[in-house]
Amino acid sequence: MSENIRTVKNATCTFCGCLCDDMELTVDLDEHRITKAKNACVLGRAWYAEHVIEDRPAAMIDGKEVDFDEAVEEAAQVLVNAKFPIIYGLSDTTSEAQREAVAIADYIHGTIDTTTSVCHGPTGMAFQGVGESTMSLGEVKNRADMVIFWGGNPAVSHPRLFTRYAVTTKGMFIPNGKKDRTIVLVDVRKTASDPVANIQIKVKPGKDFELLWALRALVKGKSIDPSIEKITGVSLATLEDLVDRMKKCNYGVIFFGMGLTMTRGRHFNSGALMALGTDLNEFTHFVVKPARGHGNVTGADNVVSWQTGYPFGVNFNLGYPRFNPGEFTTADTLSNRDADAAMFIASDPASNFPKPAIEHMKRIPVISLDPKQTITSLLAHVAFTTATYGINTTGTVYRMDDVPITLRKAYDSPFPSDEEILTAIKKRVRELMLSKYGTSGVRREAKVASLTPL
Amino acid sequence: MSSAMRIVNGKVYDPINKIDGETRDICIEDGRIVESIPDDASRIDAQGMVIMPGAVDIHCHIAGQKVNSGRKLMPEDHKRDPHPGTAYTRSGSGGILPSTFATGYRYATLGYTTAMEAAIPPLSSRHALEELDDTPVIDKGFYVLLGNNIFLQKLLKEGRHEEFRQAVAWWMNAAKAYTPKLVNPGGDEPWKGKRNTNVSDIDEKSNGISPRQIIEAFINTVTAMGFPTPPHIHCNNLGHSGNYLTTLETMRTAGDQRAHIAHIQFNSYGGEIGKNPSSKAAEIVEYINQHPNITCDVGQVMFGKAAIMTADAPLAYVLRGISKNKWVNADTECESGCGIVPFTYQEHVYTHTMQWAIGLELFLLSEDPWRVILSTDHPNGGSFMNYPKLVRLLMDKSFRREEIARVNQKAIAKTALNDLEREYTLNEIAIITRAGPARALGLRNKGHLGPGADADITIYDEMENKEMMFNAPRYVIKSGVPIIFNHEFKNDHSGRLLHIAPEYDQKIEETIKPFFEDYYSIEFDNYPVNDSYLHDHEVIPTGPLSS
Amino acid sequence: MTETMILIPGRTSEQGTALNKGKLKAEYQHETSMLDINTEDMERLGLQEGDRVRLSNETGEITVTCRGRKPEDLPHGVLFIPYGPPSSQLMAGETAGSGMPLSKHMEVKIEKVDV
Repeated sequence: MSENIRTVKNATCTFCGCLCDDMELTVDLDEHRITKAKNACVLGRAWYAEHVIEDRPAAMIDGKEVDFDEAVEEAAQVLVNAKFPIIYGLSDTTSEAQREAVAIADYIHGTIDTTTSVCHGPTGMAFQGVGESTMSLGEVKNRADMVIFWGGNPAVSHPRLFTRYAVTTKGMFIPNGKKDRTIVLVDVRKTASDPVANIQIKVKPGKDFELLWALRALVKGKSIDPSIEKITGVSLATLEDLVDRMKKCNYGVIFFGMGLTMTRGRHFNSGALMALGTDLNEFTHFVVKPARGHGNVTGADNVVSWQTGYPFGVNFNLGYPRFNPGEFTTADTLSNRDADAAMFIASDPASNFPKPAIEHMKRIPVISLDPKQTITSLLAHVAFTTATYGINTTGTVYRMDDVPITLRKAYDSPFPSDEEILTAIKKRVRELMLSKYGTSGVRREAKVASLTPL
Repeated sequence: MSSAMRIVNGKVYDPINKIDGETRDICIEDGRIVESIPDDASRIDAQGMVIMPGAVDIHCHIAGQKVNSGRKLMPEDHKRDPHPGTAYTRSGSGGILPSTFATGYRYATLGYTTAMEAAIPPLSSRHALEELDDTPVIDKGFYVLLGNNIFLQKLLKEGRHEEFRQAVAWWMNAAKAYTPKLVNPGGDEPWKGKRNTNVSDIDEKSNGISPRQIIEAFINTVTAMGFPTPPHIHCNNLGHSGNYLTTLETMRTAGDQRAHIAHIQFNSYGGEIGKNPSSKAAEIVEYINQHPNITCDVGQVMFGKAAIMTADAPLAYVLRGISKNKWVNADTECESGCGIVPFTYQEHVYTHTMQWAIGLELFLLSEDPWRVILSTDHPNGGSFMNYPKLVRLLMDKSFRREEIARVNQKAIAKTALNDLEREYTLNEIAIITRAGPARALGLRNKGHLGPGADADITIYDEMENKEMMFNAPRYVIKSGVPIIFNHEFKNDHSGRLLHIAPEYDQKIEETIKPFFEDYYSIEFDNYPVNDSYLHDHEVIPTGPLSS
Repeated sequence: MTETMILIPGRTSEQGTALNKGKLKAEYQHETSMLDINTEDMERLGLQEGDRVRLSNETGEITVTCRGRKPEDLPHGVLFIPYGPPSSQLMAGETAGSGMPLSKHMEVKIEKVDV
């Protein structure tokens, strides 16, 4: 460690959707790294420790180092010449960068989708049908005397959700912290989150919908047959007790996760939970909140929604935004071989997507923007190494409850930010599209059912 | 930096400068109206056309967390109304809650060049600023929700009025806002903290403070600090029968100080609570006529699709119970809340007709168009795209009669609407859509065409059918840039953020900070919006000299 | 001997910290190849702690390493794996029109791999 040290207070950790903004970073300016992150959880500490300046070219084509401008040109050409270009990712970057990405999709008449589609996309879809009663995290801190965690394991995915926001933290009407709260955990197996709960409910895998629907019925005063236990693994007595507590609390909250969105029923599960929260407002004040995984996936939802009207899975083939999950979402456009070019920003689908999607990624030209080397960046035709947001860049991010926070930079990076790269690509793409199609109405042929040849 | 331009042969309506239909030249240079320019400057021949300053929407919901939540809620609404991009403009979607680019462009197509977002909680100001930055063409600002701010209420309860004043000034700077907004003041705490209840009387104390005390404190403070526009107030009991009494009491609380009542139509009801409303438009308008310190916008209901979108969360919940529709509620810690419910106003429904008629009565009975300003509280009373139709209703009494014949006749019979013969003149329309709101907002360089004004100009083909006329201006010029030229988009433009920066004693931060540490979920130092969010912007002066 | 079980890919603390180090590094690759299995199920299948097993379904197959869990912690017939490139190999592309592949509760066949 050198002596050229700087402290950055009130920095924001961007690893998960908690976006804890009370980080105190010790930065070694000579060694270009963060040596200490006070207040960070185990995930945040790893985030800060491991995002260093890596020894890699800023821009590569087919694995060979090139000038930045050359890479931008190649990326723009790929996007403009493709019939069905897709842009995906965006959950680990700033809203300023996300805005540029949507602009590119608009100009190239392509498709834009974010990691939401494989995270809480189903929740967004349920929201369109049912709405939602929700809150900012400070309300949980100040008021919530009943907190339910359903289908998630915050102890490993959002550790400070427990300690900074929802379980142990003291608030205006909750002076004794956890002692003033009833914590309920619903999951299919025992997890590291169990110790926090006063009530643990183990549900049979794939039966969350039935369980939620039974709770809704009980809240509305209908009777439920005891055979519910055989179906869901949870006894009627447990359900009746839970409903009684929910109705009697002063301010109830349900956080929910991938256990609902990624399993049988998907948006039906989210919808059932959100409807339950809404129903309870007949008796007391009740809110729900999807726990968002990535630092700025909420920002991605917000930016795509305000610029297009729709949260994810948006296609511009006809010159205006259209929304259709299952058709324009990336698991589908890749698995179904619709996409003939892809730009992946701040995400690694080659690691986490379904197998047929990964296979297709290997067939098409891929542009990748990532601070680290990943399986996606290794297979990319054009790869940019980027500055890490919240460590090397400022910018705006949105917490899981839509609270917008401005990032603080810890130290400079020689690599460009996502925003810089996307702005450059946007400008070039615009020029190319105008010269290719003129100004009289830039239209692109509608998606044709011709699959990219194997 | 725009090139010089002269508009000739058009009939000018510029009420602030007392020009009522005279044919006059308008000269533009470098984004402003000027006395004269060289003869060889480019020209627009406005023969047969009407020239007005760009219109100003004093109260609408177009940006921020609440609006975006509404967008996410209603894909079916956007799907039926796509907004294609052009070589100059971004694409988007329309409907009752257009996406940001579509919002700016569509306002421009109606000849609007300034719009004020009506309600943003300070905690999400950054979000509103980002969205407004993506709302093209128009100049814009927003009102910041402070009426249910727990810390400010605490200061009031403890009698710490000087600190209250400093804190309000601090908050205006922290949010980059235009003026304080009070929505159902005092009603937030019972909603979140007492099992979804509400306040129902201006003197009812909740958590130790009454709505009247909150309203009075804000009016006094803003007057003393010389903000360009007074606090905008969404009165308690909005939407409930009998609420006109609350509105009168709210206006009385102002004394002879300035106050602005938002969407006053929704607060002009007689009748008994829980039963059908009756019209008290005459009583409300009479008070306004006699009290020059009061301004209001009407919040006219227009039949068709709307969206209830309000910081009055308890109200939204009540409406949801009626329509049994999807509903959004979002609490914001220590500051505010909001509710969203998709809604449709239908001609055959008694209450909806009553609301529509009351709004028109307010317009037609008003003696001072400068202070009874046009709005639909977009999207609560209907889309801003309805403004041209509303203008026609006000200007053309035979059209009005046709429309009256289509609605619920039982409701009409209980109003004075059939007897009101008045027809607004072009001059009066220019007042309620331009000069009046600009003056009420304290925007000296808007709403008129005198030298020094921003070159925000709308040029309409003069037509018999006023709805058609106001629906499609031939030219729209913003800051001297022709945005719409012969009905086509020719340029894009970002528009400017309008905000105030009143002085305050920095020491107030030491008072506010401990509260943050205890009760907010973000760090105090991360709360105020920094200047990186200000792109093209203008600080409107405050202080005793400017009032 | 093969049996059909339900596989749940999910988060672990080690996986979350390891992915920061780098997805191509050993820690991440190791953690995402560790399979939690009920100890009684292990006994029935003739498995010891650390044995290799093959998981397969219509989409693909992977070979991973066993970690025993007590029956009161992990029900019979349920498997857990920290999600990553291995678990992706078992994920089908079908989203039922939702955009979301079935990323949890995949039915898989499990059999011991003889070294």
